[in-house]
Amino acid sequence: MELFSALANMTGASLAQHLVNGISLGSLYAMIAIGYTMVYGILLMINFAHGDIVMMACYFAFFGITVFHIPWYLTFIGTIVATALLGVVIERTAYRPLRDAPKNSVLISAIGASFLLENLANYLFSGRPMRFPDIPLLSSNISVAGVQIQAICLFIPVIMILCLFVLLHIVNHTKTGMAMRAVSKDYEIARVMGINIDNIISITFAIGSALAAVGAIMWGIRYPGITPYLGVMPGLKCFIAAVIGGIGDIKGAVLGGFILGMGEILIVAFFPMLSGYRDAFAFILLILILFFKPTGLLGEKTTEKV
Amino acid sequence: MSLLRTENVMMQFGGVLAVNNLNLEVNEHEIVALIGPNGAGKTTAFNMITGVYTPTQGKVLYMDASGKERDLTGKKPSTIAKLGVARTFQNIRLFSDLTVYENVLIAKHLHLKSNFLSATFRLPWYRKEEAAMRESVEALLKEVDLWDLRNEKASSLPYGQQRHLEIIRALATSPRLLLLDEPAAGMNPKETDELTDFIRHIRDQFGLTIFMIEHHMDLVMEISDRIYVLDFGMTIAQGDPESIQNNQRVITAYLGED
Repeated sequence: MELFSALANMTGASLAQHLVNGISLGSLYAMIAIGYTMVYGILLMINFAHGDIVMMACYFAFFGITVFHIPWYLTFIGTIVATALLGVVIERTAYRPLRDAPKNSVLISAIGASFLLENLANYLFSGRPMRFPDIPLLSSNISVAGVQIQAICLFIPVIMILCLFVLLHIVNHTKTGMAMRAVSKDYEIARVMGINIDNIISITFAIGSALAAVGAIMWGIRYPGITPYLGVMPGLKCFIAAVIGGIGDIKGAVLGGFILGMGEILIVAFFPMLSGYRDAFAFILLILILFFKPTGLLGEKTTEKV
Repeated sequence: MSLLRTENVMMQFGGVLAVNNLNLEVNEHEIVALIGPNGAGKTTAFNMITGVYTPTQGKVLYMDASGKERDLTGKKPSTIAKLGVARTFQNIRLFSDLTVYENVLIAKHLHLKSNFLSATFRLPWYRKEEAAMRESVEALLKEVDLWDLRNEKASSLPYGQQRHLEIIRALATSPRLLLLDEPAAGMNPKETDELTDFIRHIRDQFGLTIFMIEHHMDLVMEISDRIYVLDFGMTIAQGDPESIQNNQRVITAYLGED
């Protein structure tokens, strides 16, 4: 009954509002999920620190603009570069020394890296929520056909799709991309064919973290409260998004991100009484997927993996 | 002048001495075989030469294209591959869900000089280089009659052809030294004969030096210039095929004592 009343009360404008929210949240999830899926594709490990890399990127941008007063566009470029470097440093220090160790050791190291980043941020930046700086044009609300939306919402999906195309181009049509695919298929052959797998893994982490930084900047503009633990929930959800799409598959991660973002927003829109269960939606979806299609929607059938 | 040389190479895994005091020498354009019973340390020797393992002791030396002797000990597999050492694996290791063509293309592709930008904008020199690359992949595949099957998945090929494809893929990296790990494993006598001709043919055509591990004695005796025999990590004999066939220690190692 409540569903019908919710539907009856929904005007075209508010439906459009929900769709915009869903698309932008979905795009943000997609940006972050790509990082999970790329690392998994190459190292067969889950980089639990990825959500915290997003958090660090938010702080980089905050410090650049609010504390050091660097123009926002320069700060954003700096943030992307610094976050890419952070991803590479984490790989070198926490994962590379364990290259020949059992998979579980690397997984535990990833959880350790995640806690380290969270507590480091807590110590250095304090646990007090900071406000992500307002960006001229992007942070303000605009009215499109009677719908009030934040300007960044128009850019989020466009930037996401742009990043996706560049990424797919790199992976499918460049020498580095071909090396990445070769390493992900069989690193032992890849290295005797002259591929420096350490470099390829570093590049993978750099790209994944750079995309996370782009996602984090847009996330900060959209949801301006930043805390040392802001990456935890999005991190988990984006990991789930990657699993739903079929972990290891870039397009799958994007699809999973959209399903999750859209689903979350629409469930709250249509069933307002369930809004308290908003976060549970992702986990229920994860259970269902693991139950009915463990390889994910676009995942290939494999006998081994995790 | 030797192309590959090992000096007192030793490999220890915990308490197991897999290879002890190995002194090999492979000269340019030779075909040299490494034989020995199972577990003698043959593949371990290959893994040390290609950088998969770092020897516990000793040195692996290799003469690069400019005639300079290089120390390969402890170098990365990718570095060694770039210096012109290619290998195949005992159990076939193809990119099984890629096509025949893509398998060879990947190996070739990595030797392109073009960078990201010229690939993205398909600049003239990139297109030229890419065309040359595709031509050479075509030539390689025609060499082993796999051109017509180029769009098949590598895993769908018959066994013997997968072996050939693996060798061709190694050739695509433009090696000077080719290491073959049991290339005739699982082949029938007819296929083994063809392989014998094929190995000679690629040696001559590509100016290769070939170092191989093999159990098929017909193949080994017919094709090898020289043979090394390993048993329990020790080199128990070396020499030309005839002397190996008559070597008492080799016969004992293979057949046991009376």
